[in-house]
Amino acid sequence: MRINVDMALCQNYGQCVFAAPEHFDLDDAGDLVHQASADESARADIEAAAMACPVQAITIEG
Amino acid sequence: MSTLHARRIVVVGGSLGGLRAAEALLAGGWDGEVTVLSDELHVPYTRPPLSKAALAGGPDLATLAVKQRPEAARAEWRFGATAVAADLAAHTVTLADGETVAYDGLVAATGVRPRRLPSRIDHTGGAAHVVRTIEDCRALHSALRPGSRVVVIGAGFIGCEVAATAACLGCEVTVVAADESPMLAPLGRTVGDAVRRRHERAGVKFRLGVSVSLMSSADHGHSVTLSDGSRIDGDVVVQSIGSAPCVDWLSGNGLDLADGVVTDNGMRAGGIPGVVAVGDVARFPNPLFDDMPRRVEHWQTPMETARRAAATLLADLAGHDADPAPFTPLPSFWSDQFDLRLQSFGALGIADRTEVLEGDLGGQAVVGYFRGTLLVGALLLGMPKRAVAVRKRLLAGLTDPHPTYAA
Repeated sequence: MRINVDMALCQNYGQCVFAAPEHFDLDDAGDLVHQASADESARADIEAAAMACPVQAITIEG
Repeated sequence: MSTLHARRIVVVGGSLGGLRAAEALLAGGWDGEVTVLSDELHVPYTRPPLSKAALAGGPDLATLAVKQRPEAARAEWRFGATAVAADLAAHTVTLADGETVAYDGLVAATGVRPRRLPSRIDHTGGAAHVVRTIEDCRALHSALRPGSRVVVIGAGFIGCEVAATAACLGCEVTVVAADESPMLAPLGRTVGDAVRRRHERAGVKFRLGVSVSLMSSADHGHSVTLSDGSRIDGDVVVQSIGSAPCVDWLSGNGLDLADGVVTDNGMRAGGIPGVVAVGDVARFPNPLFDDMPRRVEHWQTPMETARRAAATLLADLAGHDADPAPFTPLPSFWSDQFDLRLQSFGALGIADRTEVLEGDLGGQAVVGYFRGTLLVGALLLGMPKRAVAVRKRLLAGLTDPHPTYAA
């Protein structure tokens, strides 16, 4: 599946990082970085991260 | 109960907690009906922006509506359906129009409503704003204009966020509160004072240690009379004096409803199988800290409690044992005020002492909240890149049977 983050919406609250730390992280400037895609086995974690986002910036494709 | 019709779980409350509970129940294998009774008229939406970006720019439901999992569409959503009573012995919920809805499982997700000053103090005829719903946000947004004199009553998170937003819009803002510093109860005096100074630099005025004795309206606007006899005139008055759990509909069932619905660690209301509470209304014990039930009004609470409650409810209704693993979510919230972001982890309110761990309070800082020698919470003022590491350190200490984070 592809992980899309609308960076125009993202406010770097980090909630996705805490929900799925293997797929989302904050860089040294405190800005969000994320994997472009993930295995099917990670779906529950990625969905939890998408739900955790207070500004609904994360969408999952596929 | 009957085998002649599909079994039904009734979710009372159609905001984030109700939505996430319905999703978790249906995703978790519930093959009966799920009926969501919502007293609102909208799909669930996200509330944190209502005192920040959505207040500044005007709220838009299309943007604020939360993304729903596909399972949510399999629930029956009844908007404008207000539950006024429940009979836990008879397994029924009664609506405002007298209709009775029978359930096999019940989810209490009614959340909180803003407290308001009593009518003996508030003589404005309801003109003072609150901020809880999208309608509240829209009304306040329309009232805020450059140069407006805004009086914010209450200096908690909502009050401080509204004050900051209004100041950024060019309003003249005065915050009135009985406490000696803003956000005193959740953050303590030291941090509260540091945040107050940021507000004051941006032109926000504070009247602290005083209460409101009278609020009245006239042609020119509103007048707020304080307990020291002084008076503040404003074009806009906002009440942000905390919230009250919506529990009246559950009364008469022998539950402890003193501050929300007391649950066990499986989110069972009063420990009763088949009845759970989720979100802001639930007062649950978190063994990460102790066995004291507490309500947690944070963004992640509806998600976390709904997942736990749904698992418990499904097990109860199937006659299975519920998951014996303890439910230990780490509380977490953030607040944006001017260019300052506050980010919190843990249970700051139970600490007896704070200590600046990194940085300084005049700029950016990490503040540790200790109970005895144990770090029970941490607050970041700015320092966003430290969030992951600070959270990790806190969790490590809280889950270590022999914590070594001495003062």
